[in-house]
Amino acid sequence: MLKSAADATRFQRASDQSLLIYFGHQITLEAHDRVRKLLSLLEMEPIAGVRNLHPAYCSVLVKFDAMRWQHNQLEKILQTYIERLESVVLPAAREVEIPVCYGGEYGPDLDDVSAIHGMRPEQVIALHSSSTYPVYFLGFVPGFAYLGGLPEALVTPRLATPRRIVPAGSVGIAGNQTGVYPVATPGGWRLLGRTPVSIFRPDRNELSLLSIGDRVWFTPISPEQFAALERA
Amino acid sequence: MSEIQVHARGLLTTVQDLGREGFGPLGVSPSGAADPISLRLGNRLVGNPQGAAALEMTLLGGTFLFPQGAVIALTGSDFGATLEGMPLDPWIAVDIRPGQTLRLGSTRSGARCYLCVQGGIIVKPFLGSASTHLLSGLGGYEGRALRKGDVLHIGPEIAPFRKTTVAARASEQLSPRKVFRVTPGPQSDWFPESSLRTFYAGTYRVAEDSNRMGLRLEGQPIARESGGEMITEGVSIGAVQITAGGLPIILFVEQQTTGGYAKIANVISADLHSLGQLRPRDEIRFEQVDWETARTLLCEQEKLLASEDLLSQ
Repeated sequence: MLKSAADATRFQRASDQSLLIYFGHQITLEAHDRVRKLLSLLEMEPIAGVRNLHPAYCSVLVKFDAMRWQHNQLEKILQTYIERLESVVLPAAREVEIPVCYGGEYGPDLDDVSAIHGMRPEQVIALHSSSTYPVYFLGFVPGFAYLGGLPEALVTPRLATPRRIVPAGSVGIAGNQTGVYPVATPGGWRLLGRTPVSIFRPDRNELSLLSIGDRVWFTPISPEQFAALERA
Repeated sequence: MSEIQVHARGLLTTVQDLGREGFGPLGVSPSGAADPISLRLGNRLVGNPQGAAALEMTLLGGTFLFPQGAVIALTGSDFGATLEGMPLDPWIAVDIRPGQTLRLGSTRSGARCYLCVQGGIIVKPFLGSASTHLLSGLGGYEGRALRKGDVLHIGPEIAPFRKTTVAARASEQLSPRKVFRVTPGPQSDWFPESSLRTFYAGTYRVAEDSNRMGLRLEGQPIARESGGEMITEGVSIGAVQITAGGLPIILFVEQQTTGGYAKIANVISADLHSLGQLRPRDEIRFEQVDWETARTLLCEQEKLLASEDLLSQ
């Protein structure tokens, strides 16, 4: 078991100052655990000359000082970290509730998504807010959490043409993922609703509401509750 | 404290330093100067540490009043600067006297000009850096591009004024390129031989909607072999990703930290600063080099930047 997990690990040069570590090529909770464990080990025992880490579903991009390291040297050191992953104990997942006002101006794609799946909007809302989603990683833009585990009945392709601007707090779905836009950006996910809660908070110690490994669920709220929470 | 008053903002003027590394796990990309070599040289000219914060101007520069004077240097592209109406050369330290006005115009060469000031531009750091991250409205001066009426603070004087300039040989070697040297991307082998030939033989034009996040290119589309399904993964600065329509996008300083497009190539570290000088409609090409060459070119560049005879009096 241990051996097969190690065999599935592959190094790939990404640029002259970065390399990718793949833990297989599937979005699984096992690969996600290995990503978290490697991240945690590299945070506890940093390697001098490693400048940045970009975790994702089943890979970690390691950016390094190319004046100091060559790929093969760093791979050897990272290999010793990977061999120790089994012994890393991850903290228990935090549970985070995110209030969402579904539909209307907040979720302009709710009706389309309902139509695609032959459901009533209330059913889409009930399904989306009934699941608990693991935060696979933060990426794309500051604080954007990739949440997996969307119910199969809601799996929907992204928009053919991305919107030029998606308001901050928008809750969208794409494929089997769901997520919340922390800042206003262009985006191609289908928008079901919006949260009044700040997702990325540069003025706070804990910059991001969500961290890799958290478990998230959405609670439907009314436009009145949205307005009240926004004021608070 | 000395200050700079912004009388005209230019097209896109932001506070930048060498960026904030290490926050990829939060989805925060480094940002920082689009042409970090020009920023480093400008800071060296005025006697600053090379990573001090400066103003990055884009295509059209601003107008700045220095009520208390300052030692400055302009680097990067030539924006036709004047001081009190008299032409002012870039790439040389200048002693601006109290009350003088510096005016920059339209670019005469590349995309970006840096205004470095002795003492550096002082802003509240975000995650250890003064760099503006425009998309998320973080860092820099209130997280945004400068506007008319803004007042910037300058750090204390460091050293007496010396009329320092960059040695001709060095500026020649560091001048921006239009042929970008690249190493293979992590999905290079997802592209058939004919696509790779198209990519390396073709000329690509920088699209109008390019910015600090990425440079969009127009030209011959690149076909991918059907098969491999991309799973979103971490992406490197300089990555050349091929979009669904087959056109390349080069990820740049304000890049997304992860992405789901296949990457055909990656611009080498030694050529990244040249990306910062590309203007819309510029034409560029790609040339593949091996890993050893990429490393050698970076080491040579850093050696030159550290050399004693880089600057002359």
